[in-house]
Amino acid sequence: MSLSVDIRKRLDGFTLGVRFETDDPVTGLLGASGCGKSMTLRCIAGVERPDEGTIVLDGETLFDAARGIDLPPQKRRVGYLFQHYALFPHMTVAKNILCGLHGEKDKAEKQRRLREMLALLQLEGLENRLPAQLSGGQAQRAALARMLVSRPRLLLLDEPFAALDSHLRDQLQPQFAALLREYGRQAVLVTHSRDEAYRLCSRLCVMDGGRILRSGDTKSVFADPGSVAAARLTGCKNIAPAVRAGAYAVDVPDWGVRLTTARPVPDGLRAVGLRAHAFHPDESANRFAVRWTDAVEEPFEWIFLFRCAGQDAAAPPLWWRMPKDQKPAVPPEALGIAPENILLLT
Amino acid sequence: MDWFPLFNSLRIAAVSSVLVFFAGIAAAYYAARLPRMLKGALDVVLTLPLVLPPTVVGYFLLLLFGSRRPLGMALESIGVRFVMTWYGGVIAAAVVAFPLLYRTARGAFEAFDETLAQAGQTLGLSNTYIFWRIRMPACRQGIFAGVVLAFARALGEYGATSMLIGYTPGRTATISTTVYQLWRTGDDRAAFVWVLVNLAISAAVLCTVGMLERKQRKGVRRA
Repeated sequence: MSLSVDIRKRLDGFTLGVRFETDDPVTGLLGASGCGKSMTLRCIAGVERPDEGTIVLDGETLFDAARGIDLPPQKRRVGYLFQHYALFPHMTVAKNILCGLHGEKDKAEKQRRLREMLALLQLEGLENRLPAQLSGGQAQRAALARMLVSRPRLLLLDEPFAALDSHLRDQLQPQFAALLREYGRQAVLVTHSRDEAYRLCSRLCVMDGGRILRSGDTKSVFADPGSVAAARLTGCKNIAPAVRAGAYAVDVPDWGVRLTTARPVPDGLRAVGLRAHAFHPDESANRFAVRWTDAVEEPFEWIFLFRCAGQDAAAPPLWWRMPKDQKPAVPPEALGIAPENILLLT
Repeated sequence: MDWFPLFNSLRIAAVSSVLVFFAGIAAAYYAARLPRMLKGALDVVLTLPLVLPPTVVGYFLLLLFGSRRPLGMALESIGVRFVMTWYGGVIAAAVVAFPLLYRTARGAFEAFDETLAQAGQTLGLSNTYIFWRIRMPACRQGIFAGVVLAFARALGEYGATSMLIGYTPGRTATISTTVYQLWRTGDDRAAFVWVLVNLAISAAVLCTVGMLERKQRKGVRRA
């Protein structure tokens, strides 16, 4: 199982230039809308054509501009789950699924595989419904069934949860992850949600403006996003320009603090990022005095907004996020942050 | 009473509708995916018969198919004649009715969600299957409306038809040319009978459309 993508395509406003190789079960493409992540998926599926480059799946070349190879989507055996599921509106659920079985000529076998899929995705009883009569979760399962029944070699998942309500999303993600594991083929998942990326993907490529900023295993990408844009996309709230002050020290003029880092400060350092969860009132390293500006209550967390003692009063405040049970009775006068929690961004 | 004009009108309208169906859908399908400039130019050419006076369309058809014209002579040499024949009526009606189907079908194709076709491709369905079993059914309402409009227009065609095929009782007479001839020769009673026939056909067409639409709506609700 391996997928290797190296493509370039001119688009309105920017050029998509994406290169990655993966043999992970689920690879995520994380990025804001319009960054080219869906276009990448469409190129792999063959419904869009890159200007240059190659796409190789399990040793078979699907696309190679230089050698004039461009397999039609029908020959790629790559499944595509569309953002709005793209169920054929005039066909029932069963007929939609049978579209994935058109190559199977044995009628009994066809029915058997249809039944199997209906059972696997809990669609029994819904087979005669039209897509318009399905709930969002049912439509997602019907589209998954239609895709999986054709036994694709690779699954391409384009924002599979974007069309669902948030409560349904959280509920369905574990089932979805289990299904992908059970199917046992590689998948590429496109998402703009860092939570979804973190939960579902073992490997992550962070994209911005048509390029991959950072790729690696998901945990290490979150621990060291590498660039300002990637830090934002992975949810880092506190980012400010920084300058090198030593092998393990950086100055942050906007906040008026000097921070000690665990890793050596890289050449070309542009900024530091501090995740909102990373502060601690009892941390002895990197302590600085703070002025509280506001507090926001969320269902299960508190967000404290503060400025560092040396920070300009007009500058945007920093965020400290904590679970409700860890909220201090009195806001502390100083906060610290562990050196390993300082993201060094270039 | 001679029922030939009714028969002739129906066969001309039916055959020209079939021609217009395929030609209009093909033109609409390719026009919908052209770049904007080209599409605009093609639109003007293909919609022209809708806004030109039908007699002008008839004039152009005579320029093309007239028996002393190159194309007319070439066709005649292989035994095909469009002037003063019912086939000519089919051509005249088809040219005039074509834009109605072309425009409604193009609107429907442009509104079609391309991801449905792409989903079909990734499932391994052939492009022909996708066109007839996915794109066409999804666009059926627009296309159906276009077919009905084209059929009705073809049935009522007068100007281009009278220019190209004239009025020969028992050979080229249609309902609309018959009404005019009977009225012109002072046979008001007979003309009125044909007016009633025309009204009956129009009412029948509109009722059919209404029934099909209701059935479709119900089908979606119930199924």
